[in-house]
Amino acid sequence: MSIAERQASPAATTPAPAETLLEIRGLSVDYGLGDQPVHAVDDVDLTIHRGEVIGLAGESGSGKSTLAYAVTRLLRDPGVITAGEVRFYQWPKGSFQQPADGPTGAPGTVRPRTIDLLSPDPRVIHAVRWSQIAVVFQSALHALNPVLRIGTLIDDVLKAHEASMSGRRRRARAIELLDLVGISQDRLSSYPHELSGGMRQRVMIALALALRPSLLIMDEPTTALDVVIQREILEELMELRQRLGFSVLFITHDLSLLIEIADTIAVMYAGRLVEKAPAKALFRAPRHPYTYGLTRSFPSLHGERQVMSGIEGSPPDLRDVPAGCPFHPRCGFALDRCRSEEPPLLTITDESGPREVQCWRHDGTGPVPLELGATPPRADPDVARPVSRDTAGRAGRPEIQRRDPS
Amino acid sequence: MRIFLRRVVFYLVAAVAAVTLDFFIPRMVPGDPVLTALAQMKSAPPQAIQALELQYGVGTGQGLWGQYLHFWGMILHGDLGYSMSMGNVPVTKVIAEHFFWTVVLVGIATVISFVLGTAIGMLAAWRRGGWLESLLPVTTFLQAMPYFFLATLLVLIFSVHLGWFPAINGYDYLNSTIGWNWAFIKDAVYHGILPAATIVIASLAGWIIGMRNMVVTVRDEDYVLLAEAAGLPRRRVMWYAARNAILPQVSSFAMALSFVVGGSVLTEIVFSYPGIGFILLSAVKSLDYTLVQGIFLVITLVVLAANFLADLLYVALDPRTRREA
Repeated sequence: MSIAERQASPAATTPAPAETLLEIRGLSVDYGLGDQPVHAVDDVDLTIHRGEVIGLAGESGSGKSTLAYAVTRLLRDPGVITAGEVRFYQWPKGSFQQPADGPTGAPGTVRPRTIDLLSPDPRVIHAVRWSQIAVVFQSALHALNPVLRIGTLIDDVLKAHEASMSGRRRRARAIELLDLVGISQDRLSSYPHELSGGMRQRVMIALALALRPSLLIMDEPTTALDVVIQREILEELMELRQRLGFSVLFITHDLSLLIEIADTIAVMYAGRLVEKAPAKALFRAPRHPYTYGLTRSFPSLHGERQVMSGIEGSPPDLRDVPAGCPFHPRCGFALDRCRSEEPPLLTITDESGPREVQCWRHDGTGPVPLELGATPPRADPDVARPVSRDTAGRAGRPEIQRRDPS
Repeated sequence: MRIFLRRVVFYLVAAVAAVTLDFFIPRMVPGDPVLTALAQMKSAPPQAIQALELQYGVGTGQGLWGQYLHFWGMILHGDLGYSMSMGNVPVTKVIAEHFFWTVVLVGIATVISFVLGTAIGMLAAWRRGGWLESLLPVTTFLQAMPYFFLATLLVLIFSVHLGWFPAINGYDYLNSTIGWNWAFIKDAVYHGILPAATIVIASLAGWIIGMRNMVVTVRDEDYVLLAEAAGLPRRRVMWYAARNAILPQVSSFAMALSFVVGGSVLTEIVFSYPGIGFILLSAVKSLDYTLVQGIFLVITLVVLAANFLADLLYVALDPRTRREA
């Protein structure tokens, strides 16, 4: 569907499925409109539920960040959204509770407001961005204005959205926010360069949480940090999420990180969403050959020794994506069909519940290779959320099922 | 405060070095100012030579070191010797008379050019492809033109043909009396418009390009994206960008300020403007060493002062430079 068609049809006709927060349908993003546009994101569907932590993994250039920037309408020139719908469901603040704390607000009584994020009216996205969907940028060093104090940065955000807030209350809120991310209030008068990398990223998170958003998009937020600080920040983030009840879209190339924090993982390749499944299921029993390759390209700290294989070749040139399945030149399981026909995103069901994969090997017409048919752990809502503070990264860390391709 | 003191000390050392150079360089130049002066006289008894040497502060028979100390003593007493070519008046008086004209004319023109160019550059970068950007080739063309040609052209058009502005001088020598009265100020402004305009026109492109390029770069910084994403008001977003983009402009501005005194020779020659540049030229022509030396000293000190000011300004603008090293 083109943008023109999308605008013609009223966006809010479909009723909101229960607990849906963000719905992306058929989103495509091109860079450049000329003869050879780069199809950075190609017909991606993704749904984020309330309170969910969804991980978006993929290598550089797979379109994961572009997807996030398209959704928040922060694409830089020459990025253009060429097709798709993005709907945000604005639930009343405070209507969400973590499943652990009891049932969610009585179903049917609370109705969300549907907002078309791709609306041509800039006021629509302005009303949603930051107050509902906030973004944590990749490098906090570059995302914090070097000539302004931390207090001013936070104050600017509050001032822009809470016109009625007095200066004193804004300051109190800024202190509260810093406290939330574990920074003492005397840092309000510090400049960004006076903080360590980890503190800067905490400030960035505080800035993102300033307006109590319901969705936090994190674009490789810990890539620039060392692993110890990385872990600290992630644990605190998950704690905050538990407390404040926001959803997280966590973008990273580090699949091993996602397994620890995400409920669901979506894997992107060449602008397509190639697999989406509950985190453990995706990790232990990948269905897509690309995901399978990813799970075998980093060592497990706790599992048995395994042969690391990586993935042969390099990602395709997005101006000239291979015909058929874009992964077929690198795929060890490719069929003839894969070279000519692009597979649809199939919904398959296994022990972990329904999951999605874009691969002809799973269309039911032929046998599934052993490597792509491992048995996943059973669906269990409590287990599906792996991070609680004491188990993270230790006993809770899943192992890789070892099977040699033959 | 410590940073401030360190800069002060640094600039004091630099000033001492500058004065030292200012003393030695003329002495390395071949020729003798006293003999030059004497060549114009018929006869010269030794007493006359000695009297002249004392008067001009050269060759007082103390050796180089003694002369150097003597030179310092003179400077600290605010005495720069006497100018021969200006009729034996103290150099300080000559400089004081002309310094003001240069500082006002070139200083104001430089500030106008900086403010205007920076503002245009900012807006041009913010609205890429807007009409402001099309100003750029025009101003670049004007800057690329040799200055004396541009200035002469403007004089030809606006003074000779249109008769809107006077072609030469800083004020009406015949009908004005120098002083802080309204008529004189009006007359001086009227005489200053055209030379100031030539300076602005000839230097505008540099400021526009500098600022535009910085803003284009800074616009892509994540902190500007963050400001936009967080829904900050448009003006505030622009401020986020401009506040960072202006930092290199400030250094360029300091450089430009230091050229205010020394670099305006061409303007003052074209317009016969009674400033420092104009008398520097005549001092060089008439081998008036004490005056040249005095002017150089003033120019050097102004350059140092401008740099000092820029340093302080930069520290005020960029917190990252405040780190104690």
